[in-house]
Amino acid sequence: MSSTFIGMPSFPAAARQAVQDAQLRHNLRKATHTIRGKRGEVVGELDDWAELRDAGRAIKDRTLRHLDRYLEQLEEQATGAGATVHWAADAEEANAIVTRLVRATGEREVVKVKSMATQEIGLNEALAQAGITAYETDLAELIVQLSDDFPSHILVPAIHRNRAEIREIFARRMAEWGVPAPDGLSDDPRELAEAARVHLREKFLTAKVAVSGANFAVAETGSLVVLESEGNGRMCLTLPETLISVVGIEKLVPTWADLEVFMQLLPRSSTGERMNPYSSVWTGATPGDGPQDVHLVLLDNGRTDTLADRVGRQALRCIRCSACLNICPVYERSGGHSYGSVYPGPIGAVLTPQLRGVQGSMEASLPYASSLCGACYEVCPVAIDIPEILVHLRERVASGPGHAAERAAMAAAETVLGDHRLLHMAQRAASAARGAVPRRLPGPGAGWTDTRDIPDIPPRPFRDWWREHEKERARGGGSGDAGGRTEHEGGDR
Amino acid sequence: MRIALFITCVNDTLYPDTGRAVVRLLERLGHEVVFPEAQTCCGQMHYNTGYRRDAQRLAVRFVTTFADTGADAVLAPSASCAAMIRDNYPRLAEEGSRLARATAELAPRVHDLSELLVDVLGVTDVGAYFPHTVTYHPTCHGLRLLGLGDRPYRLLREVRGLELKELPGAEECCGFGGTFAVKNPDVSAAMGSDKARGIASTGAEVVCAVDNSCLMHIGGTLRRERAGVKTVHLAEILASTEQEPARV
Repeated sequence: MSSTFIGMPSFPAAARQAVQDAQLRHNLRKATHTIRGKRGEVVGELDDWAELRDAGRAIKDRTLRHLDRYLEQLEEQATGAGATVHWAADAEEANAIVTRLVRATGEREVVKVKSMATQEIGLNEALAQAGITAYETDLAELIVQLSDDFPSHILVPAIHRNRAEIREIFARRMAEWGVPAPDGLSDDPRELAEAARVHLREKFLTAKVAVSGANFAVAETGSLVVLESEGNGRMCLTLPETLISVVGIEKLVPTWADLEVFMQLLPRSSTGERMNPYSSVWTGATPGDGPQDVHLVLLDNGRTDTLADRVGRQALRCIRCSACLNICPVYERSGGHSYGSVYPGPIGAVLTPQLRGVQGSMEASLPYASSLCGACYEVCPVAIDIPEILVHLRERVASGPGHAAERAAMAAAETVLGDHRLLHMAQRAASAARGAVPRRLPGPGAGWTDTRDIPDIPPRPFRDWWREHEKERARGGGSGDAGGRTEHEGGDR
Repeated sequence: MRIALFITCVNDTLYPDTGRAVVRLLERLGHEVVFPEAQTCCGQMHYNTGYRRDAQRLAVRFVTTFADTGADAVLAPSASCAAMIRDNYPRLAEEGSRLARATAELAPRVHDLSELLVDVLGVTDVGAYFPHTVTYHPTCHGLRLLGLGDRPYRLLREVRGLELKELPGAEECCGFGGTFAVKNPDVSAAMGSDKARGIASTGAEVVCAVDNSCLMHIGGTLRRERAGVKTVHLAEILASTEQEPARV
């Protein structure tokens, strides 16, 4: 995956900084709640949303089950239509292929359509090393690129920026990359968009090579599909002479009838629109129309390993809509950068550790970056049970190095909880020491008591009361609890 | 009806009042409560933290303890524990294992308090009296795993003297998440703080839920912030009567 994020602290440490950034929390809260609301409206107006979601899940599962067959079908159809198909096992191979293809054109510049796959492999950095400049043409990606920043959201990569910051970035950096921002640029969204439009137009009209990803690849015809909002994609996909598309092998759908389901699921889940403004589809090369030199780089980069895992493979259904980010209470407070990957939020927390493995400290911390509230699963248009995968990955992490102390503590807890007599003894010991519990705990407990009180321990556990209650009942007496709540004495939660 | 009470380890150890309220309520409604003494813990903490083997052992213990109670239903007055049994035991059990068979038999009869009352016992007015303003926090596992929907609200609306206040951002997690609260303390505390602010904004005297572990987190935050709002389990509100009112 991209080298850009290496060196990030693990999730809890990165999130600590983000939580303290009041401006960031304000920006994120406002942005995620707005998209969340729009999504809720357009999903709510469909009475067959549950069926669409089921269909989306089923189509993706079927495709993944027979992925080998559909990939070969895609290759055959795309090749037949005039495209050249390349296979890349990992990021390095994909970057080498794209670099070689660009070099073969003699060009030193490429324009890019917003693409997660190329972010994942760190393509821009690889091209830069080969002396090739890649220009991001999606507005938010442009903002990120101009400010030497990292994306923090799948759909809205600059979600952490407000318009005052964007104005400043445009005014300061645009000139280095091409057409400068106009004098006296304000932070009015219309003015900012116009500045970006003028800046980008020059790139569209001069670029000979474009690089894209794809939202979908249709196996039966070998077609690629890009959905977008700004029209920058359409420019890149039609004006240059050479078009190179880097596509994850899980992006396949077998047929156009299958695609129809996702054309409904994706825009509603992603931007909260019934339909996205631009849908571009191309099938190989069409003589006299659009790019004539068309390449498709099929990317594995950990996907086959993910597919081999019975629980984890459902993450490959993901259509990168971002609904899980926009609903996630953890993402809202930690921000996207804390996830140390181009895939932030709940889907990133299950995708990154699977694509990269859990050896690194960031990857190992991601499965714990969730309270398991389940909101992500509820909104996922392809029903990825993210909490289930998180727990599954926690199991993988917990069995590895660095967890010996926790394993021992958990085993000890299981011993006590595994026998009601031991549990009872522990309860009585706790009750006996109830006056001596400090307000602030040491060690990991400090994580709780720094900001929260701990509950009072009652004088005796429920099971002691029950025994008395049973005796009372046997004697034909009352409840053994004449005074209602009397025993716990102000025990607040 | 004969109802087996799975008190849950958290309630047993830290919130015995909830257990007493459940027993009082069900006996008042004319039902028999049994309490298998060998019960301990459903294994939720171990499962959610990635300790599947430990969780499996606790699950086997649970299904063994509750297999032969002769009860028509099992009540777990903690939505996340009920969800652990219904949702996660089938995932924990190896195919064709004893745990799988026992879970298939037992899990459908395991209920949260609001489900037991509304669906199984068919009652929403339990004759309760609780003269306080209350706001309800729908805990995540009750809301999304059990699908409790409006059941707790229907029960609360029938309580005499009770004024229900709508909680803004009700469906957002309080930030507890079990070991999440200590593994990611900053994000957890930020979520808890936002939840506490929402609760305080209602002006309610009491925040109510169907899960004491979430209330422990919310209450710990409210108390640290000296918000003056009390946390009370739904059972304690429903058990409260004019003759024996709950003390708040």
